[in-house]
Amino acid sequence: MSTIVLPKEIKTAHGEHAHHHELSFWRKYIFSLDHKVIGIQFLFSSCFFLLVGGLLALVVRLQLGWPDHQGWFYLMMAKFFHAIFGDKMIAGTIILPEFYNAAFTMHATFMIFFAVMPFLMGTFANFLIPLQIGAGDMAFPKLNMASFWVSLLSGAIMLCAFIVPGGAAGGGWTSYPTLSAIPELSGVTWGQNLWLISLLLSGVASLMGAINYITTIVNMRAPGMSWLRMPLPVWAMFVTAILLLLAVPVLAAALVLLLFDRTLGTSFFIPHGVLVAGSPLTGHTGGGQVLLWQHLFWFFGHPEVYIMILPAMGLTSEILSVFARKPIFGYKAMVLSICGIAFLGFIVWGHHMFQSGMNPLLGTTFMISTMAIAIPSAIKTFNWLGTLWGGNFKFTTAFLFAIGFVSMFAIGGLSGIFMASSPVDIFIHDTYFIVGHIHYVLFGGSIMAIFGGIYYWFPKMFGRMMNEKIGKLHFWLLFLSFNGVFFPMHILGVNGMMRRIYDYTQYEHLAHLQPLNAFMSVCAFILGLSVLIFLFNLFYSIFRGPKAPVNPWNANTLEWTVAYPIPHGNFAEMPHVFRGPYEYSAPDCPEGQDFYPQNVPPPGWGPTDSKAH
Amino acid sequence: MNSGITRGLRRLFGAALLTVPTVLLAQDVKPRYPNHHWYSWWMNILPDTASTYAPDVDGMFNLILWITLIVFVLVEGCLVYFLWKYRHKPGRKAVYYHGNNKLEITWTTIPALILVFLAVFSNKIWSEIKSPDRFPKNAPVIRIMPRQFEWDITYPGPDGKFDTPDDINTINNLYLAANEPVQIKLQGQDVIHSFFVPEFRIKQDAVPGMPTAVWFNPTHTGEYDIACAELCGLGHYRMKGFVHIVSHDSLSRWMASQAPPPPAPAAVAPAADTAKKAETK
Ligand code: HEM
Ligand SMILES: [Cu+2]
Ligand SMILES: [Cu+2]
Repeated sequence: MSTIVLPKEIKTAHGEHAHHHELSFWRKYIFSLDHKVIGIQFLFSSCFFLLVGGLLALVVRLQLGWPDHQGWFYLMMAKFFHAIFGDKMIAGTIILPEFYNAAFTMHATFMIFFAVMPFLMGTFANFLIPLQIGAGDMAFPKLNMASFWVSLLSGAIMLCAFIVPGGAAGGGWTSYPTLSAIPELSGVTWGQNLWLISLLLSGVASLMGAINYITTIVNMRAPGMSWLRMPLPVWAMFVTAILLLLAVPVLAAALVLLLFDRTLGTSFFIPHGVLVAGSPLTGHTGGGQVLLWQHLFWFFGHPEVYIMILPAMGLTSEILSVFARKPIFGYKAMVLSICGIAFLGFIVWGHHMFQSGMNPLLGTTFMISTMAIAIPSAIKTFNWLGTLWGGNFKFTTAFLFAIGFVSMFAIGGLSGIFMASSPVDIFIHDTYFIVGHIHYVLFGGSIMAIFGGIYYWFPKMFGRMMNEKIGKLHFWLLFLSFNGVFFPMHILGVNGMMRRIYDYTQYEHLAHLQPLNAFMSVCAFILGLSVLIFLFNLFYSIFRGPKAPVNPWNANTLEWTVAYPIPHGNFAEMPHVFRGPYEYSAPDCPEGQDFYPQNVPPPGWGPTDSKAH
Repeated sequence: MNSGITRGLRRLFGAALLTVPTVLLAQDVKPRYPNHHWYSWWMNILPDTASTYAPDVDGMFNLILWITLIVFVLVEGCLVYFLWKYRHKPGRKAVYYHGNNKLEITWTTIPALILVFLAVFSNKIWSEIKSPDRFPKNAPVIRIMPRQFEWDITYPGPDGKFDTPDDINTINNLYLAANEPVQIKLQGQDVIHSFFVPEFRIKQDAVPGMPTAVWFNPTHTGEYDIACAELCGLGHYRMKGFVHIVSHDSLSRWMASQAPPPPAPAAVAPAADTAKKAETK
């Protein structure tokens, strides 16, 4: 290899510039150091894991829709899943309870750690941060590359959990000990160990990303890109990276302790006197605390949910402003509320533990802080409405998804208030009400914003346009079926239907919910179809989409000033930033346009102009 | 063709795309559990209540429901109205406006006040139910030691003490008197389980190595499900018990029939309950 590359390097070194390295295929597309390529790698890997997570979700919905394992639709789909998962998980047409538990556990795990997080803090953080702040690349390109490959490795390990004896982890994505700590109690052996190892690696990948993003944003902003001229996605990702930096190590510590409990016989989470099938547990000294895990997990877990929503809020703000052709309403309030959410996010974790046996006085404390965190969420929602007021909308697919975000996130935020009230939470905790809430914020919120972001930045990623007609079909199918699946979950929860339950028809008070569940499951399959339509649109447009102009949406931010393909190094000349990112419809916009790109000098900027460029 | 007609056709096609599979599949959505009506979830948002504090919980729920419903209608209403009102029209320019601090302060303060109000009221009910020093004095104590996948229930018997020979032990069937408060001590034996009786609006985790407690005062006689609300393993979904709320007298009669005769091993084992000694060690 090196003997071939050497002469070229000598040649370029003697040539005009180091710009035109002829990189090999491997260095250009696989082990690339270019943040844009890494972002796109994250895009593909996240799409893959979105499919895996989605498939598992459909297994869960199939079981819940037809717990009696009958009906032509059930049988047809059960045969289909049987072909994928095999006899150990689906016996003939019967979804086995152990596979059901593994399915919802792994569904949540894949969606959270391998789809939503890498979409937001892998794809968009990588692609957008340097381009939007006017930097040539990340501060540490090699660390950036390592972050992707470690994350992919951890995803592969998580997938392996399905083929080891004992099956994949089945203790929920929260993996509460002692169920997760003692294999004899769950029947899961290596599946749980792999789960722990994989998440540990994925945490390492997140940390590498976070360090990179923070350093890049602090140090590498183009001249004139002051903090209050940063586009909101960058702000959101900056704060999110700090959240990652502070929260992930706590998770990592908990994961290591649990792994020790499982493999080395320690008892961090295993108390005295645990019985296994009536006889005392052997091989552990006991003396641990079951609730310690919950505190550690949720100290990470609650910031984690904001890790998954803040960047999505950033993307949404950007898209709303562009297609409303209006400045963001209350830019500073938006920034402040991002920071407020991030701070409060660290002091509310106990709201996941109201019924855990934790001191009820703590319940009061956490209820107050949780109510408080609803305030910045409300502020953001009102500011989005303010942004829309008086606009002049272009209903592109990206805009539709951003609207979808606002309308669905509002529902998720409001349902959060029910659970924040600790007495109400007594009844709805661990029921489908929680599952409804999660999905309104994470699917209706984060995933909608991700789809919107992909439609919006696709032209910059691939130099082509996505198909708007298919895009709108995707949106409407998704929007309607999404509400068909998830809204009724609140009703199930209010009827007392527990979550993570294989066959609720065992219970007198739940049996009548079967038809409603079946309806939801049908909607879930339609939802799955809409995602397939999206993937088709994505890959079709990568190869066949019409060529995109440099700035198809007439946007102000810096990424729209460079033409596709953007070379490694991004900006041929260092951009200079003159104004905030949301100057749409400003009276002083250059003649004949309603936008004022951040890098265009104001009219009087005169003689020094050429020097700065 | 006229563009309005094409647009209409396209919409029709879109609607068909969504409805056809739904209708096709609807035949699978028929009720399989005939003693319930599929629409009963709609008739009654919250299930029946059967404990003294259950109406308080429901009151709080309904209060939040009304508040959030109003906010929901306002927010989504504005959204839809704006989307219609400010849709693109050629020649119109969007308003150039960066925000308004008075508005920001207003829409920060109002939600904050509402939320403080909700927190204060919630806390009243919360401490009524869960605060240990608000537990009813002199209420009989019953011990439940849930394990995979059953509820192991112990009454202290006439001497009022646990782990003595006169203890009464049952599995999965909890007998209680109506209108008499009772305290339940929960001791997890293997994994976390959660004691949940929907009609009583009570839920409390049972944690291995850390005893917890709940109280309630059942208001109606009848039979209610005890559900396990915390994932506890493969049999979690069938970890079901029953609370039988009976009159004071029937409870006494039942207790008497359960009492193990002091010296000799048990002679009468009622068929209804599997009276079985806990395999504690
Ligand atoms: C208005 C703001 C919010 C409030 C007041 C709120 C409140 C709560 C509360 C109290 C719980 C615990 C309920 C229980 O388990 O009994 C919860 C669970 C949850 N929330 Fe939120 N939430 C808010 C926003 C969000 C956002 C923005 C996200 C994510 C993007 C989110 C994701 C979740 C998830 C994933 C869970 C369930 C965790 C689990 O048990 O698996 N929430 N929320
Ligand atoms: Cu939380
Ligand atoms: Cu359970």
